Formats: sequence, structure tokens, C-alpha cells
Amino acid sequence: MSEILKVGIADLKTCVSPNGVMTLGLGSCVGIAIRDPMTKIGGLVHIMLPDSKAITGGQHNIAKFADSGIDELVRQMERLGARRVRMVAKIAGGANMFNFQGGGANAVGKVGERNVEAVKAKLRQLNIPIQAADTGLNYGRTVIFYPETGAYHIRAVGKPEKVI
Amino acid sequence: MKDINLDQVSENYYDVLKEIGNIGAGNAMTALSQMLQCKVDMKVPQVRLLEFSEVGELMGGEEQIMAAVLLAVEGDITGYMMFMVEEDSARHLINKITGGMLEGMEFDEMGLSAMQEVGNIITGAYLNSLSSMTNLTVFPSPPAVTIDMAGAILSVPAIQFGIYGDKILLIQSQFYDEIQLDGYFILIPDLESYEKILGALGVPMIM
Repeated sequence: MSEILKVGIADLKTCVSPNGVMTLGLGSCVGIAIRDPMTKIGGLVHIMLPDSKAITGGQHNIAKFADSGIDELVRQMERLGARRVRMVAKIAGGANMFNFQGGGANAVGKVGERNVEAVKAKLRQLNIPIQAADTGLNYGRTVIFYPETGAYHIRAVGKPEKVI
Repeated sequence: MKDINLDQVSENYYDVLKEIGNIGAGNAMTALSQMLQCKVDMKVPQVRLLEFSEVGELMGGEEQIMAAVLLAVEGDITGYMMFMVEEDSARHLINKITGGMLEGMEFDEMGLSAMQEVGNIITGAYLNSLSSMTNLTVFPSPPAVTIDMAGAILSVPAIQFGIYGDKILLIQSQFYDEIQLDGYFILIPDLESYEKILGALGVPMIM
């Protein structure tokens, strides 16, 4: 019997097929699913912010940021026996949940977009290709990832389930 | 950015913050019940310091569908104000205001803009009372509305707190009527604003 592990906000988990990983209600956050197709080792990180280096002070939760979160997920997958050269990624989230008219709250609107950019840059730096992406727009997403096939299921309110 | 830690807004201050939730939401309730021409009650407000992982479970799970109106707040007090109701409550609310326009239907443009207007009026009542209580300026942005999963909606203010730490502090007031209205006001001041609010109310924070 396979199991689906739940990843929280600013959290990450690894799994091995036939198990999967999921995260609920991604808004402006991004869910990065990575797998090694040979070993069927996979993982998911739910990041909230683009850059751990832009932030000062005691930050302990590395899964919160695109750069440190992806680094850590890759490290944990390698520890399980995955190889980075074989890894491929799929990403979802980074929505702009509220469309504000005019100024004032622009920082809120841009966070999703900046998160997606930071995720793409980090994956490029690690030479992990992005096979598919479902990002941006204005709605939340629940995602489930199966490292067996690499299928990334995306559910949204009032929309049919999508697999990328 | 001053070195403020959320844990320093300790429970000593919670009673004062609860009172803000009480008076603010009380005024908002009055505005709402005038609009609906029926009685609306509220529960004792809660001041909560939550881990991000707990935020999604605040209102019946991350996937609970909610209608939310969000306003950014500027002025002396900065942060966010949110008005959230469950999907069914939102339908009930809009129907009552528009005279049954949305009966059994999906939310259309008109329904959403009615929701936005309701949110605007009653959060305005909340913020006005906050401003007169503290003598601090509060300028709300135009409201933005969405209907989506609670987790996705609450990630928006959570991200703003994520810049400072791994927790979010909020003042939550829940309200209800006899039929099926069930919703929340959430005031989410920035960290600096807590210090200002407490100072203005004569309870300066001791660092």
C-alpha cells in the first residue's frame, strides 16, 4: 500500500516510489517536485520566499526559501541514493492571490512571481531541468507528486484536476 | 527594521490586543447587522501566535473554500486586515444583500463585487474604531477579493511574516447569526505596529 506524505508550508519531504508527496493550498508559495527517474526517489519542498540571503537575523527554517530549500531537498535525496545529474523538476504555485487596484499593496502581488523566478534560477544553477510548470495566475493549488511516474497532479477550486 | 521578536509580544499584552479585536469587530458587527437588518453575534476574540504549519488549520483545513476580502493597511499602523467567510456563508451574505440574486449559482462578477463592497464597509468600521481608540492613522487600501482555499489565502499574510520569522501573530474575531453566517475578521499588524498600538494604549512594550 502506498502512502502520501504531507508537506506543510515552509517544509520539505522526500519519498521513494510507490509513495508520494503532497502539499495543500499553495498560494503565492511554490511547490517544487524533484525526482530521479532511475531510482524513483522523489521529494517536494513548499517554499514561501525567494532568497534566504536577503534576510537577516536568526533564520532556522531553510525550507522556507527557494535557494536553501531546493539545496536541502537535493541533498536529502542524494543521501537516499538519488543522483543529481539525473534529477528533473516540476513546479507549481506562485499565484497572485489578490489583485489590488493601484499602489499600496504591490509587494504582495509580486511575491508569487518573484518566488517562481528564484526557483527557476536555483534549478538552473543546479542543472536540474524543469520538465513542466503550472505557475502564476490568481488561484490556489493543491499538488500531489508521484516519483514512480513523475506525474504531478494539480487541484484548484472550480477547475478539473490537471496532471503535468 | 528594529530588532523585535514576536515572542516578546508576550501573553501580558494579549488582553489588550483582545480588547482591540472586541471593539473593532463589535463595530464591524454593528455595520454588518445594519446592512443585513438582522442580529449578528460574535465570539470572544482570540489573539494567536501560530506556527506557519498551524495557519492552514485555523479555519477548517487548508482546502476549506473561503471567500476573502483583503486590505493592506498603511499609515501609523501597517499590516493587513482580512474578512473571511465560508463559501456557503458568502453565498448567504450576498443573497441577503442583493435580494436573492445568487440563489444556487456560482459566484459571478456581480456576486464578487457585492462581497468586496461588504468587506470594504465592515472592515472600514473595524479600522475606524482601531484608529480612534489609538489615535493613530490607519489608511486602508482598496479591497481585493477572492474565493479560494483557506491555505492559499492565508499564505499571503504568512509570507509577509516569513520575512521576520516562522510565526504569525493575529487577532481573530469570529461572528455568526442564527441561520448560517460564519466568518472571521483577522487583523494582522506588522511587528512594528504592535509596539505602536500597545504604546498608544498606554501599555508600552518592554524589550
